[in-house]
Amino acid sequence: MTFLTGLLNSMPGAISQGLIWGIMAIGVYITYKILDFPDLTVDGSLCTGAAVCVLLTLNGTPMWLAMLCAVIAGLLAGLITGLFHTVCGIPDILAGILTQLALYSINLRIMGWGTDNGSKANLPISVDKYDLLVSARHVQAPALHNPMFVLAVFVVLLIALLYWFFGRELGSALRATGANGNMARAQGINTNFTKVLGLMISNGLVALAGALLAQYQGFSDINMGRGAIVVGLAAVIIGEVIFSKIFRNFALKLLSAVIGAIIYYVVIQIVLRLGMSTDDLKLLTALVVALFLAIPFWKSKLARRPAAAAAPAKKEADVDA
Amino acid sequence: MLELNGLYKTFNRGTANEKRAIDGLTLTLEDGDFVTVIGGNGAGKSTTLNLIAGVFPPDQGSIVLNGRDITNLPEHRRAKYLGRVFQDPMMGTAATMGIEENLALAYRRGRRRGLRPGVTNREREVYREKLATLGLGLENRMTSKVGLLSGGQRQALTLLMATLKKPELLLLDEHTAALDPKTADKVLKLTEEIVSREKLTTLMVTHNMRNAIEYGNRIIMMDAGRVVVDIRGEEKKNLTVKDLLEKFNIENDRMLLSE
Repeated sequence: MTFLTGLLNSMPGAISQGLIWGIMAIGVYITYKILDFPDLTVDGSLCTGAAVCVLLTLNGTPMWLAMLCAVIAGLLAGLITGLFHTVCGIPDILAGILTQLALYSINLRIMGWGTDNGSKANLPISVDKYDLLVSARHVQAPALHNPMFVLAVFVVLLIALLYWFFGRELGSALRATGANGNMARAQGINTNFTKVLGLMISNGLVALAGALLAQYQGFSDINMGRGAIVVGLAAVIIGEVIFSKIFRNFALKLLSAVIGAIIYYVVIQIVLRLGMSTDDLKLLTALVVALFLAIPFWKSKLARRPAAAAAPAKKEADVDA
Repeated sequence: MLELNGLYKTFNRGTANEKRAIDGLTLTLEDGDFVTVIGGNGAGKSTTLNLIAGVFPPDQGSIVLNGRDITNLPEHRRAKYLGRVFQDPMMGTAATMGIEENLALAYRRGRRRGLRPGVTNREREVYREKLATLGLGLENRMTSKVGLLSGGQRQALTLLMATLKKPELLLLDEHTAALDPKTADKVLKLTEEIVSREKLTTLMVTHNMRNAIEYGNRIIMMDAGRVVVDIRGEEKKNLTVKDLLEKFNIENDRMLLSE
C-alpha cells in the first residue's frame, strides 16, 4: 500500500519531467524521423539551453528573454552541426558528435561566466529568489503555476506552431528533404539549406527543454544532457509503437512523442520505486531503446522470405492495375 | 535550345577505377526536339543526363540552355528549367508524403518557398484534373501516401510532376526500364501524349531500340562518351531496328537488345 501511495505521489513529478523531455523528444523527432538525420548534438545543446537560461536569469535578465536566448543558443548549436555536415562534408553522426564535444567546453564556460577561473560544472538557481516558470517545488500545488499545467500549455503551443510550420511550403520542403533528397533537389529544393534549418529548429527545441529542465530541478549541470539522445529516441519510439496505428495526423504524431516521454518517466519512476539504483538507469534505457530499434529490423527479416516467393504474383497484379 | 559544348567527365580520376565517362560530347537540341538516346552500358547516357541536371559538374565544356550558361549552377537552382524522371520509380517521388503533397512540391519548382500554405484548395482542383488525364484513378486518392502506389503509377505521377510546371527541357532517364512491358508501354504512351501536347523539348534515354525508333523525331546513339549516330526527320521515321543494326554496323547488338 505504501508502495502504491508513494508511486502515486511521485506521478506529478514524473509527468512534469516527461513533459519537459517530451519537448526534447519533439526535437529528436524532427531530425531523426522527419529529416532522417541522427543528430547527436542534442546531448550538448540541452545543457547549453539550461546554462544560458540560468546564467542570464542569475544576472537579472527577465525569464522570457533568458529562455529566448537559450533557444537562440540551441539554434546556433544546430547551425554549427548543419554547417559541419553540408559545408564541410562531415558525415551526419560525426558532425553531431563534434558539436556535442565542443559544447562540453562551451557549456563549462557559459556556467563559469564571471567567475575567477571562468569555468563551472554546475550552476544552481533558487526558486525562492528568482521568478522561475516551472519548479519541482510546486509539483503538488493545485494552482496555475503547477509545472504540469505550465508545461502542458507549452507543449500544446509548440505542437500547434510546428503543425502550422510543417504544413507550409518551407515545412513541406523540409519533409521532402528527409523523405527523398534526390526528389527534393529535382524539385528545386536546396536540401543543404533545409537540413541546416531542420537541425536548427530541433536544437532550438532541445535547448528550450534544457532551459525548462534547469528551472524545474533548480540547477544546470554539465552532465544533464548525457544520453539525452537516447531518452529522446526512447520517447519517440515508445510513442510510435503505441500510437502509430491510431495517430495519423502530424500534430498527433508529435503528441505521441510527448506521451512517449511521459510513459518513459512513469516507467522509470516505477522501476526506481521497485528498488533499482539510479546508477543503472542509463543501462536500462540503452537496452530498451536497442530492443525497440531491433524489433522492426527483425520483423522485416522474417517478412522477407515469404514475400520473395510471392513477388512474381504481385508483378502480374501491377499489370492489371 | 540546349547546347552541350565539348563536355568531358572522368570519374575516380587518378585511381585504378578511373573511367572517362564523357569524352568531348557536343550536342545541340532544337526547341521541340524529342530525342531518344541509345547506347550500351557505360556509353555515357545517364552521365550526360546527370551533367545536364547538375548532379555533378563536368571537368570541361559548357552546358547552355536557351542562352543561359547553366554549367556551374547547383542542381536545385537549375531544377526550375528541368523536368526529370528517373529509372528507379522510388527516386522521383517522396514515398511518405501524399500524392497531392508531391504534386505541390513540383508545382513550386523554381519558386521561392516561404510560409505560404504547402497545398491550397485551388491547386487541389488543378491536380485532380491533371491526375484524371493519367487514367489511373489517382484523382480519387489525392491524400494517399505515394509509397502505396505501384511502380508504374509512381512513374506516371513523376512524369506529371516533371511537367506540371512546363520545363524548358524534359530529361527521361530510362524511366520505363524498371517496369513490366505492359506498364512500360502505358507510361511511354503517356510520355508521348504529354510531350506532344505541351511541345516539350525532350531527351529520353532508353535501352530499348524499338522504343527509341518508335518515339521522338530524332535518335542519337552514344558510345564511349560521345555521339556516334544522329538521325532525324524522314530518315528517322522510316528507320527499323534492322536498319539501325545494319547501317551502323553494330557488332555487339545483343548488348543493346538484351536489356
